[in-house]
Amino acid sequence: MIKGMKTLGLKRKILEVKDLHVHFYTYAGVVKAISGVSFEIYEGETFCLVGETGCGKSVTSRAITKLIESPGKIVKGQVLFYRDGSPIDLLKLSDEELRRIRGREIAYIFQDPTAALDPLYSVGYQIAETMVAHNTATWKEAFRRAVDILKSVLIPDPEKRVKNYPHELSGGMKQRVVIGISLSNKPKLLIADEPTTAVDVTIQAQILDLLRKLRQEEKMTLLLITHNMGVVAEMCDRVAVMYAGKIVEIGTVHQIFKNPQHPYTKGLLKAVPNPLIKIEKLESIPGTVPNLIFPPSGCRFHPRCPRKLDICDKKEPPLIEVEEGHKVACWLYVK
Amino acid sequence: MPEPLVRVENLKKYFPIKGIFFTRAHVKAVDGVSFEIYRGETLGLVGESGCGKSTTGRLLIRLLEPTAGHVYFEGKNIFKLKGEELKRFRRKAQIILQDPYSSLNPRMTIFEIINEALEVHNIKVPDKEEFIVDWLRRVGLERHHLYRYPHEFSGGQRQRIAIVRSLIIKPEFVVLDEPTSALDVSVQAQILDMLKEFQRELNLTYLFISHDLGVVKYMSDRIAVMYLGKIVELAPADELFEKPLHPYTQMLLSSIPIPDPEYALKKPKVKVIGEPPSPINPPPGCRFHPRCPRKLDICDKKEPPLIEVERDHYVACWLYAKK
Amino acid sequence: MGSSIASKETYEKKILDRFSDKLVDSITNLIDKVKPGWSERNKSKIDEWKLMFYAFNRSPPGIIGAILIISFILIGLFGPYVAPYSYREFLYIEYPDTYLVPPGSTVTITNKRGDIVKVFNFPLGTDKYGRDLLSLILYGARVSLIVSLIVILLGVPVGILLGLVAGYFGGKVDEVIMRITDIFLAFPALILAIAFASVLPERIRPIIIQSGILKQVFSVFFAADVRDAANFAPILSVILAIILVWWPPYTRIIRGSVLSAKENLYVEAAKALGVSTWKILFKHILPNIISPVLVLITLDIGSVILMEASLSFLGLGAQDPMVDWGKIVYDGAQYFPDRWWLVIFPGLATFLAVLGWNLIGDTLRDVLDPRTRRSIEFKVKRGKAEEK
Repeated sequence: MIKGMKTLGLKRKILEVKDLHVHFYTYAGVVKAISGVSFEIYEGETFCLVGETGCGKSVTSRAITKLIESPGKIVKGQVLFYRDGSPIDLLKLSDEELRRIRGREIAYIFQDPTAALDPLYSVGYQIAETMVAHNTATWKEAFRRAVDILKSVLIPDPEKRVKNYPHELSGGMKQRVVIGISLSNKPKLLIADEPTTAVDVTIQAQILDLLRKLRQEEKMTLLLITHNMGVVAEMCDRVAVMYAGKIVEIGTVHQIFKNPQHPYTKGLLKAVPNPLIKIEKLESIPGTVPNLIFPPSGCRFHPRCPRKLDICDKKEPPLIEVEEGHKVACWLYVK
Repeated sequence: MPEPLVRVENLKKYFPIKGIFFTRAHVKAVDGVSFEIYRGETLGLVGESGCGKSTTGRLLIRLLEPTAGHVYFEGKNIFKLKGEELKRFRRKAQIILQDPYSSLNPRMTIFEIINEALEVHNIKVPDKEEFIVDWLRRVGLERHHLYRYPHEFSGGQRQRIAIVRSLIIKPEFVVLDEPTSALDVSVQAQILDMLKEFQRELNLTYLFISHDLGVVKYMSDRIAVMYLGKIVELAPADELFEKPLHPYTQMLLSSIPIPDPEYALKKPKVKVIGEPPSPINPPPGCRFHPRCPRKLDICDKKEPPLIEVERDHYVACWLYAKK
Repeated sequence: MGSSIASKETYEKKILDRFSDKLVDSITNLIDKVKPGWSERNKSKIDEWKLMFYAFNRSPPGIIGAILIISFILIGLFGPYVAPYSYREFLYIEYPDTYLVPPGSTVTITNKRGDIVKVFNFPLGTDKYGRDLLSLILYGARVSLIVSLIVILLGVPVGILLGLVAGYFGGKVDEVIMRITDIFLAFPALILAIAFASVLPERIRPIIIQSGILKQVFSVFFAADVRDAANFAPILSVILAIILVWWPPYTRIIRGSVLSAKENLYVEAAKALGVSTWKILFKHILPNIISPVLVLITLDIGSVILMEASLSFLGLGAQDPMVDWGKIVYDGAQYFPDRWWLVIFPGLATFLAVLGWNLIGDTLRDVLDPRTRRSIEFKVKRGKAEEK
């Protein structure tokens, strides 16, 4: 059985992002960070947003629960969250209603665990606090459960560690505690934004293992944001490749890696040195990522594209399905 | 066997941690490493953060003074060089640093930055501006970039400028300290290929430091794996990946996420145990023993020597040593 | 009518901007004549200067500050020469009517026959010696200006140098320099000045009086009569006292900045190239940390003026017949509030000068911040694009 195929059969949506636009109003001009991003995530799967710095993957993940700070603004779009089968538009909820969903039904893990933990409180307190804040436990109960949570994120000596302060823990441990905090209310959807970028490979392997294990045990849906194609290959069921604020290709992990269609996806895969293969020369993508204040006309990848057509700099390509569950936004595939 | 360009002997670097009055302890960043680098090759140096790989790189071009040990460059001990001799060494041994956002002085134009290198080493060319523009063109920049400031460039462009600054004085040996870790993959490939190109053209010798095993494999002829200030394994690049001997190397290799979903399913898993201990108080014996899945009795008592188990394949592990 | 909306987004050049553009252009032309091709090579730098001026021009407090300090400097430089009377014209001796005359009055001197001999105009009144207060303030401005300049020119470089050395070399050097700095920081300036005032003038005085050159130099500096050479000593002792307590904050600030600036990889790259230590310090480190120091200097000039005035007010600075602003207030204080002008006008002068430097300092902080500048740069560019 090919990994990723199983999710095609399972069709219960948990999240649907429709035509999302986020702009940042900076002094230099309006940065169109994401323009017209649409995708859906199905229950129980691991969905990946992958792309390079500034492609809008992090902004997308934050926009889901309106975590966009000024000068950013969500200018258009819908984020439908399916609760017991019926959709609610998260972008239409009040801050208070969203706060109740955030942390309880949708939880986040960010790149830098040090910034996510308050240095003044013990980790046990911080885990308990989330439960109390969402009224899922009393303080006493929450403290007891904090130990179990630390145990579940594989922290050795959880009884002792629960009393530790963040500075007494290593980077990998802190990230586990953060994961523990986000899991304390058993969320339906966990959004992990580059959770292993700040840690070493061996620790990364541990954390990815942990996420994989927790996902199976808790039956959680995972939205993983990363720039590392290796992490995508190991973790995900379905992948969306983003470039310059748009999704250029979306499909199962197998489709993306074995049968990439978009020239950017192809370039990206060839640019990563795979240690298992003897590579004589890496293929690089010429040029640099475009400025999103004045994005290129038509397809945003056209200035760097090796297979540019006449139409590419004039009209934006639509995201069309090339095979079941595999969509590409490229004029090469539009008939 | 040819004479190595760089020979490192039992190099140590301890950083003091200051208490209120006295030095409280030492971070043993590099704790007795020995290796050789031959002319024209690329030696990769991999390891996780805090293993001492960057410190080793800086010691090799004498940006730091060692606590103990020697580095011989073309047969001369670099820590004994003074005055003109040291300057000549500086011209021959260069470094390209990790973060191009911080490695260029924001108050200097590109011309001033590159010209400084020429001036320090008294390199006389008929037309300096033409000479520098020529080099800029080789890395894909143009004449109109000459009098701009670093903030007007992207990360990839800045790294190219840093490369020109280091290579324009025609060095023989270059330490590449994670030159692409701050860059995106598509740009990383451009820089790596450019570095390979220059190596062929100028007959350079590289020490390539990185935590990214894929990149190291792509760049290196031989690879040394470091753990807590020591080299645990040293082997030709392909052999290291095909036949890793040290349990740490095995753990490291199995931890790399492979960009191939089919392989990801069937890849051998070495479970990662624990986390790297602090280099202030490294464990006795083999430093890896608390995390080692194949620990022997001797491991926590005696330090394993780095021995050649197969041709050109060195490993520091009691599993392969005759006690 | 789109222009009104556009003007919020773009930056239109105003008169001041055109003026500052011309100023920068003429300076660059001048440099170009000495070093041909300079402006071509430093285009980015020149643009940066222009942008700094644009940023400055958009700040009303900055403009007010600039007007104030330019007036202060002009008055300090030329005031003594345009003053209607000398500070040594004790009119009271000859004309008792000029004793403590209120502002705006005209004193008419008649002889015994009733003929008008002399008419004196005193726009700001006179002091107890019948000296013109306006003239005294103009002379006092010179002393304030010179004192603040000397303190900054001597004290700040010492502070910067020690800070650079301490921060860059670290270890024992750092330890020694910083402990000395701490000692000086702990010294109250006032007590030091008082202690100095009681000892130093006696030592300095003979040196000045005996040396013809020193006498001349300082009399030009303070725009004072050579006959007052003996009175230069207390002012110099005040300057020395202020310098001694003035450098330590600079050492601290610079040391702190150096500690973080030397971690920049470009410093390491320069070392690897073999660039000499002094070049690294002055070319790679100092230019990158100097902005906060420039801001501090402008703010500090105000403080030095204030400090000097307060020391003079305590009778430690200028001695009769020399004047500075603090001395005028000190002399006038005994007649306050009846003869208010003796306190209010010099006080106001001090206040405006200090305010001017503070406003400039605050604005400079914004102007030197590349982010404010960049935002204006984008607006200027957009303005240009729209013109096309």
